[in-house]
Amino acid sequence: MIATRADSDLMHDVEQFLFREARLADEHRYEDWEELWTDDAVYWVPANGENTDPEKEMSIIYDNRSRIGLRVRQLLSGKRYTQDPRSSLRRIVGNIELLGREGDDIRVAANSLVFESSQRGETIWGSRNEYTLRRAGDGFKLVRKKVALVNNDRAIYTMSFII
Amino acid sequence: MNVMARAPEWGEMILPDRVRGALYRDPAIFELELEKIWYRTWVYVGHESEVPNAHDYVLKSIGLQPIIMSRGADGQVHLLLNRCTHRGNQVCPKERGNSPMHTCPFHAWNFGSDGRLLGYAFPEGYEGLDKSKHGLGRVPRVASYRGFVFGSFASEGPSLEEHLGGAAETLDRVCLTSPEGGIEITSGFLKHRVKANWKFILENETDGYHPAFVHSSIFSVADSAIGGLYGAKSTALTRDYGNGHTEIDLRPEFRKRDAILSWFGTTPDKLPDYVSRMNAAYGEKRAREIMIDGTPHVMIFPNLFIAEIQMFIIQPLGVNESVQHVTALQFKGAPDLNRRMRQQTMGSVGPAGFLLADDSEMYERTQRGMEAHDTDWVFLGRGEHRERRDENGFIVSHATDEVPSRGIWKHYRSLMEQP
Repeated sequence: MIATRADSDLMHDVEQFLFREARLADEHRYEDWEELWTDDAVYWVPANGENTDPEKEMSIIYDNRSRIGLRVRQLLSGKRYTQDPRSSLRRIVGNIELLGREGDDIRVAANSLVFESSQRGETIWGSRNEYTLRRAGDGFKLVRKKVALVNNDRAIYTMSFII
Repeated sequence: MNVMARAPEWGEMILPDRVRGALYRDPAIFELELEKIWYRTWVYVGHESEVPNAHDYVLKSIGLQPIIMSRGADGQVHLLLNRCTHRGNQVCPKERGNSPMHTCPFHAWNFGSDGRLLGYAFPEGYEGLDKSKHGLGRVPRVASYRGFVFGSFASEGPSLEEHLGGAAETLDRVCLTSPEGGIEITSGFLKHRVKANWKFILENETDGYHPAFVHSSIFSVADSAIGGLYGAKSTALTRDYGNGHTEIDLRPEFRKRDAILSWFGTTPDKLPDYVSRMNAAYGEKRAREIMIDGTPHVMIFPNLFIAEIQMFIIQPLGVNESVQHVTALQFKGAPDLNRRMRQQTMGSVGPAGFLLADDSEMYERTQRGMEAHDTDWVFLGRGEHRERRDENGFIVSHATDEVPSRGIWKHYRSLMEQP
């Protein structure tokens, strides 16, 4: 709940950060998107529920910082055929809530709906997202992003763009 | 689409070095495949370790048919049809669990974990009903090899051992990588859906010609030693085991490297616990051989693919819709190896995988390509001139040759021509 003016400012800053992250992903601006992450980053897209243990069970994506970099370099290689031609994407990030703070880190949750158009057809990807943001200068860095797809217990099509 | 009024002449559609695109496109052929392949031959269903305890169950499938793989009180693994014998309702809606009985929510008929009908609501409405005749339907033949459970809807036919033939040895090789001689499937599955015919997946698993191109993006940015295995100068072999089972045998390349765990892209100092357990289990000399050879890259017809570090199961949904179920192999007694298996598997496969997202893109594009069918041949003649027999009499050829596809289609034709 936003109780004070300071919280209201924080919420505005957080929203702007999440919207920018969403736009960079939609527009395949991979290098700018990679810049958002901290060195201790985790990018996690679980499978088979929201709370599986990624250290023990399969996840759709479970990237540390170096694997995020690899993912981006693959997309930039010009030979990532599943994204050549690229998916056309637009997403809505909404229902944003501030969940709490831990030191310099801020925990945020949101819902996301991505519309993807590709050669295969049109796909809608709905998810509950959790973010951990860290203050960096005037803005934030992304420490952790978890994307729990609503249908992650079912068979899903290739999802090779940045979700 | 050409929906056929009569059985096709398979010999006109499947030649030794080429096949008709209609085989991937025609819904009538898909229906025939269900009857003559999926509901007849041995099909991989699941692994015993997925139901370790009495009354454990997981939902599986054979072709389009929903199956409950369940362990009875007596420890036996049953393959039950997920359909109430009363009015056909789905008995079990949950992916997995443990329950001594499955109660159908429609009219409260309930069945034991071995499929027996235990009872039903308001029994006075049935007079003299023989419960033993109303148990859940079951796959007539169930057999297990090294913990891999297969089912066949044909009540008679070749045994599982006969079906696996020479390819059984590849499953032995999988188990050898464990210091305790077995694998476990414990990490859950990624389920990757593609708009493509199941046979494109089947054939691609042992196609050694595509990696250098389809996977060039990841080879170019990652420190991967896979690329060279599939080059023009590779000494790896494609192999046709017969009965549709095919392999890319990478051992010649790994033996040339002569480095322990090179097959897994690592070194003994990274997995000291595993190496010492292997040495203790097999003796240093044999352990060294096993750890140089690595696990196989083998496609067991029609739906079980072992890709060194992971297992795939191919599930057909329709003529142009399939699911690839994939999980990391977990070797008994090898926790440090298993952790890396899971990490590498998550990176490379599934809907966002560095490798499989591009493979799946090719499946879907090839499916779309099949819509252009003026000539309609898919050409599979690569390396015909340099095929030879190995010491066991199996056809082998260069790593990039289309021996596997030719072997798959030869077996496919023999199955489809059966009455």
